[in-house]
Amino acid sequence: MKKVIMGNHAVSYGVRASEAQVISAYPITPQTHVVELLSEMCASGEIDARFIKVESEHSAMAACVGASAAGARAFTATSSQGLLLMHEMLHWAVGARLPIVLANINRAVGPPWSIWTDQNDSLSQRDVGWLQIYCESNQETQDTIPQAFKIAEQLQLPVMLVLDAFFLSHTYEIVDIIEKEQVRRFLPPYRPEIKIDVDDQHSFGNLAGPEHYMELRYMIQEAMEKAIEVVERVDREFEQVFGRRYGLIDPYRCDDAEIILVTSGTVASTTRKVIDDLRDEGVKAGSLKIRVFRPFPFEQVFEVLSRARKVAVIDRNISFGAHGIFFQEVKSALYGRSDVPVIGFIAGLGGRDITPKVVREMADRAIEGTATERYINWTGVKI
Amino acid sequence: MKAPRIPMEELMGCGHLACQGCGATQAMRFALKALGPRTALTIPACCWAVIDGSFPHSAVELPIFHTAFETAAVVAAGIKAGLEMRGDTETTVMAWAGDGGTYDIGLQALSGTAERNDDIIYVCYDNEAYMNTGIQRSSSTPVGAWTTTTPVSNYKREPKKDMIGIMAAHMIPYIATCSVAYPEDMIEKFRKAKEIRGTRYLHVFAPCPTGWKLAPELSVQMARRAVTSRVFPLLEITDRGQTLKVWKDFEPTPVREYLAPQGRFRHLGREEIEGIERDVDLRWRRLLAKEKMMAAIPGLE
Repeated sequence: MKKVIMGNHAVSYGVRASEAQVISAYPITPQTHVVELLSEMCASGEIDARFIKVESEHSAMAACVGASAAGARAFTATSSQGLLLMHEMLHWAVGARLPIVLANINRAVGPPWSIWTDQNDSLSQRDVGWLQIYCESNQETQDTIPQAFKIAEQLQLPVMLVLDAFFLSHTYEIVDIIEKEQVRRFLPPYRPEIKIDVDDQHSFGNLAGPEHYMELRYMIQEAMEKAIEVVERVDREFEQVFGRRYGLIDPYRCDDAEIILVTSGTVASTTRKVIDDLRDEGVKAGSLKIRVFRPFPFEQVFEVLSRARKVAVIDRNISFGAHGIFFQEVKSALYGRSDVPVIGFIAGLGGRDITPKVVREMADRAIEGTATERYINWTGVKI
Repeated sequence: MKAPRIPMEELMGCGHLACQGCGATQAMRFALKALGPRTALTIPACCWAVIDGSFPHSAVELPIFHTAFETAAVVAAGIKAGLEMRGDTETTVMAWAGDGGTYDIGLQALSGTAERNDDIIYVCYDNEAYMNTGIQRSSSTPVGAWTTTTPVSNYKREPKKDMIGIMAAHMIPYIATCSVAYPEDMIEKFRKAKEIRGTRYLHVFAPCPTGWKLAPELSVQMARRAVTSRVFPLLEITDRGQTLKVWKDFEPTPVREYLAPQGRFRHLGREEIEGIERDVDLRWRRLLAKEKMMAAIPGLE
């Protein structure tokens, strides 16, 4: 059935269809609609789940950790400060190898207070060991939830899906709603081999000396490397049931492109419009949306970008003292194998709109050479 | 006190890593005798994170989920919800934390769990300081005590936080204090707690010879003197905070006999000890008055 729903509710419908068993969350703008609708779904029995209404995001993740360790499918949603408060438990979920799914609505970090979008909240959790999938539309958001559970449960690693505040979270789009009966054909029930069980006793996470710890970290990285293939396989399996797939990356008009703009999230849609305009003017331009940021699809990104003459990366984030974060990853994917110049732009922090005009300006600067690869190229800063 | 039958079954092995005379270790042994084998544990950072043993060993024959310092209560709530969703409604889930993980860093998550009345047993084994990290003061450390962060020249001046009062304010179905010197009483209270649904809070006084600068063989004796000197009253709060029952059927002993064998109080002069004695006496009398007052409210038994 098709419905016109907001991005946040697309998350809730995805969770309902995935039959999450334990949900725990704490309210934060702009995430609140996700859990409001899930509360209603739990209360009405539309979804058979326990909702633990905690006193903080730290506890939300801790409750998910406990529930997942007990063998239940666990979900939470948050934003910004909430995600940062969870940080310690994000690590815990990874170390304990728990397939929790989290929806993070990208919101800028304070101070000053900002409720609008940028990616510094999720990208500051880059190194904790969660998979990160950046969504572009409400349909993709909903569909990515069951995908995320399937990926997480196969890898025994948690998955974060990420969507832009307001540009997606509060924007209404037509979504083909998925139902649990269909999803069951795609996502089997979660039945972990090892879990908290009085009839099969294990001690989880007790002290491990230097002779054991490193191997456990090796195994997390091994799972992350395997994740590239698992994400693609799960995407294909999803397509078989629902007829839609999303990929690790999404290249647009890249085949003969001389300049490629690299994007993520909702900026990808805006950029495609600009690419069409440039093509109409005879410029061989293309764009590459990076959907899966962790694990970073180095090979796939290299394949697309190494054919271009110039690459421009639009980062709605910044690693202070370094560069845009997607920029760094793209450089790393090309390093030593391609001489294509990579130009990094910082734009849209704190929810400043990245309109087609803003994207066009970045494209023009990259094409003309007024933006260079030696510096960070800020867009629209009024200083 | 009646003497209940204490099970012979041991769910805690002898191959643990605790110091000699460790009260926390005795506490776990008694608690598990009461709760039995259909129990799952979660343990945050505390002495017991180490006592259990390092990978691949465990001193406890039960599932244990080790968790971050401030999360014991809510992880237990998560485990309980997860087990129930898997169809296991029988397993008792117990969070087992020290005083640092209860009074200080874990208080918020504990308060949230208690307010929601999640169906778990929460145990604070109280050795009155951060012992696992090397004897730093916690908000459970009593007035007058030396710790490595309250040196003799600037010993702890602030009173021990009223944790029982805080938990009582949450109106949870069961609260009890226990002492490792009274295993029969402790086992009875844990058995009672096991049969109640909702958040149950058990506070076990557990001496730490290492941190208290106390001879290990005096550990149980100190736990006993803490009760008989009225420093640590044994009590139960039931009916969602409405009924208080204080154990008074013992021969009182002087507070100074509790303080004297412990090196952590050795620096205290006469006046300071008298001050502590006055405080203990005042708190005891206030507690008994409260018990009487609560019993006298019309409509309450």
